[in-house]
Amino acid sequence: MTPGEPTELPLLRIGALTKRFGGFTALDNVSVDIKAGERFGLIGPNGSGKTTLINCISGAFRTEPSTVIFGGEDITRLPPHVRTRRGIARSFQIPRPFRSMTVIENLMVAADFTSATHLRLSADDHRDSAMAILSQMGLAAKADARVTGLSQVELRKMELARAMATRPKLLISDEAMAGLSGSEVDEVLDLLLKLAGESITIIMIEHIMQAVMRFSQRIMCLDAGKIIAIGQPSDVMANARVQEAYLGT
Amino acid sequence: MDLLLDAVVTGVLLGCFYAAVSIGLSVSFGLLDVPHVAHPAFLVLASYGVYFLNDSYDIDPLVAGLLITPLLFVFGLIAYRIYYETFERRGSDAGVRGIAFFFGVAFIIEVLLILHFGVDQRSVTASYIGKSWRFGDMRIPLRLMVAFAVATGLTLLLSVYLSRTFMGRAIRAVAQDEEAVRLMGANPVRIKQWAFGIATAVLGIAGALLIIVAPVEPTLDRAYIGRTFCVVVMAGLGSMTGTLIAAIILGVSETIVLMTFGASWAPAISFALLLGILAVRPQGLLGRRS
Amino acid sequence: MKREGIAFWGTAVLFLVAVLAATQLIANEYPFFAGYVILQFIVLSVAWSILGGYAGYVNFGTSAFFGVGVYTAILLFKAAGAPLVVQIAAAAVVGALLGFAVGLLTLRMQGIFFSIATIALTIVIETSVTNWRFLGGAAGIQIQRPPVTAPFHSYVQMLVFVQALLVVIAVTIARYIQNSWIGRGLQALRDDELAAECTGVPTLRLKMVACVISGALMCAAGAPAAMYLQYADPASAFNLNYSVSVLAMALIGGTAHWIGPVIGAILLGVTQQLLAVTISSEVNVLVLGVMLVLFVVAAPEGIIGLFRKRRRAEGKT
Repeated sequence: MTPGEPTELPLLRIGALTKRFGGFTALDNVSVDIKAGERFGLIGPNGSGKTTLINCISGAFRTEPSTVIFGGEDITRLPPHVRTRRGIARSFQIPRPFRSMTVIENLMVAADFTSATHLRLSADDHRDSAMAILSQMGLAAKADARVTGLSQVELRKMELARAMATRPKLLISDEAMAGLSGSEVDEVLDLLLKLAGESITIIMIEHIMQAVMRFSQRIMCLDAGKIIAIGQPSDVMANARVQEAYLGT
Repeated sequence: MDLLLDAVVTGVLLGCFYAAVSIGLSVSFGLLDVPHVAHPAFLVLASYGVYFLNDSYDIDPLVAGLLITPLLFVFGLIAYRIYYETFERRGSDAGVRGIAFFFGVAFIIEVLLILHFGVDQRSVTASYIGKSWRFGDMRIPLRLMVAFAVATGLTLLLSVYLSRTFMGRAIRAVAQDEEAVRLMGANPVRIKQWAFGIATAVLGIAGALLIIVAPVEPTLDRAYIGRTFCVVVMAGLGSMTGTLIAAIILGVSETIVLMTFGASWAPAISFALLLGILAVRPQGLLGRRS
Repeated sequence: MKREGIAFWGTAVLFLVAVLAATQLIANEYPFFAGYVILQFIVLSVAWSILGGYAGYVNFGTSAFFGVGVYTAILLFKAAGAPLVVQIAAAAVVGALLGFAVGLLTLRMQGIFFSIATIALTIVIETSVTNWRFLGGAAGIQIQRPPVTAPFHSYVQMLVFVQALLVVIAVTIARYIQNSWIGRGLQALRDDELAAECTGVPTLRLKMVACVISGALMCAAGAPAAMYLQYADPASAFNLNYSVSVLAMALIGGTAHWIGPVIGAILLGVTQQLLAVTISSEVNVLVLGVMLVLFVVAAPEGIIGLFRKRRRAEGKT
């Protein structure tokens, strides 16, 4: 860092995070800073700890004594729903929609609980903003459809739409493209790029390397709970240890 | 001091009996995650079956228990198939409805027993009921010794089955990771169905022990919901050894409280222990879940 | 929305007026004995559904709350000669506190553990009350009714009107919850608790609210029963049959809407009264169990679910 440069506070700071389950170490001394507005890719073979890291960031797992700092504030002790209100949103690897509701009702739950003025805005206002998000995602036509009738790619998009409805500063997309066809992958990728263009910080977990390369400004690779590489996409991909982790020895 | 020793010994014997009665639930709920609140009702049903054979044909209760075992196995297979088709397949609401289903079944069994046998207590006759053995200064009812021996044997048998045989290990595998089992080419549903069948079959002997140890009446299942779930939860879901240990703890606790405070507090012991465990150490003594 | 509101309040007022009129016009007490039981079950089922239906936490401790309501009323009456209104209000407060304690202890548990824990609580509370001499112990306790107040001529008729009031209160609260952000949050957490939490829903807090309200209403429904029977004993007051009946009524009626438990309670309540009188009380429980199992297997969304399916099939969305 050269003197005279303004130091920008990272949006998300994770310090020496170690997470164990019984005798199994899922994350081992993971530290990372994520800048506001960054497009961050997270890769690693199955079981390397990516989803565990997401669970720690979103609050589903406790992390004490390691700390999670978001927007300059220590959120380590906060439960998931409070973190969501502070601006952390996530999608799930296997979509978890609210099955008894329609698509737009799913988003309205988010609006009900995360808009600071939920007591003053009417249901119609919530609906309008939810429709706006659905239009952005290309799901406007399915607004009143029951979730059970959606296709796989529509479910993934709805998952992201619902996360967006919480007005996040940080969006974590957990393998939203897994199992999708080529054109579907492009659809989701374009969506994420569009969202990134609106200054939302995005962490993308994916196995589809072309997508990760196109999307990310920085990539971090995990293996067996440890960071084995972090930096520019081309550098990380060329890293021998990364290639070994994916291809095996 | 003598009284305490007496209570502890009786408690241990009683505990082993509780283990036999709960071991089926360790499989159906502990390993298979079936919310089987009708387990005690099945147990009482089995004991009435034993009563019927003993009363009508003079068959020794333990033998009667063995005789109804295959029937119970088939009953378990069918019951699981119904449960699976109706609930496990269907996703979100299954939990609520599954529990309600088993409560309903338990009540139906209770009422059918009342209608057929009446509300009075029933007991069996056998050569070992009514006598006691002397161990030094203690007198121990023979039927408790029999229950202890059979129960321990049953628990060991099931434990060996689950760890040494192919099918037993398959059951353990399915309990840990169903997806992996499916990927290996086996049908997890069939395995679970078989496991549930065994869990129900075990109730043949367990039911015999139930009516040997004390008379039965149709609403007895309510007293045993607490005991069986207490044992299974305390054990750590799915642990057979844990079931034995937990059951002994329960047996001893009950006997000591009975001795100290009298019978009116007895029904609450198992439930109080259960609440305590759930609050303090939900994974049980030898639990495997994270 | 506005029209539905007017229809609702209109029906509620009409209902109360009708009950009041019945107490003045009908001299025969029998319909009131039966009516009381049915109204009581409506309150219990609606109250149960707030936690069991909206949130999906199958509370098997209805018997515990009911019994506590009965004994709170007895305690206040024996110790201080408290009037009925105070008994009910006190029962509601005790119920709220008990609901809070139960929630704190059990709501962190998932699914079946929660249900078993609520049974456990019922038995523990029943055993404790059985061992409390002042309340009569296992043998039970007799109550002498105070004189009835005008404009009622018989105490039972007054109790029926009181339960009718409780019905209106319970339904009003359930309706409010259902239509509010509380209801939507509960529905979300019922569908997927983890996803709800990550969507900003404060799941534990909402579950506690539902538990407290549900508990208060169930206890309040139990309080007048002391005066109704003029007798109470722990085995009857805490009988698990209450838990199963209310569970069946709510699930058979359907829990998605507050009217479901009302329908279920009326249907099953009337059936129970008929069966208990004509055949036997055992067959009563058998029918209950069979209907519960049938509905849970074949019509999981209850009677209102069947109605909705038919409406959808007929082309309305």
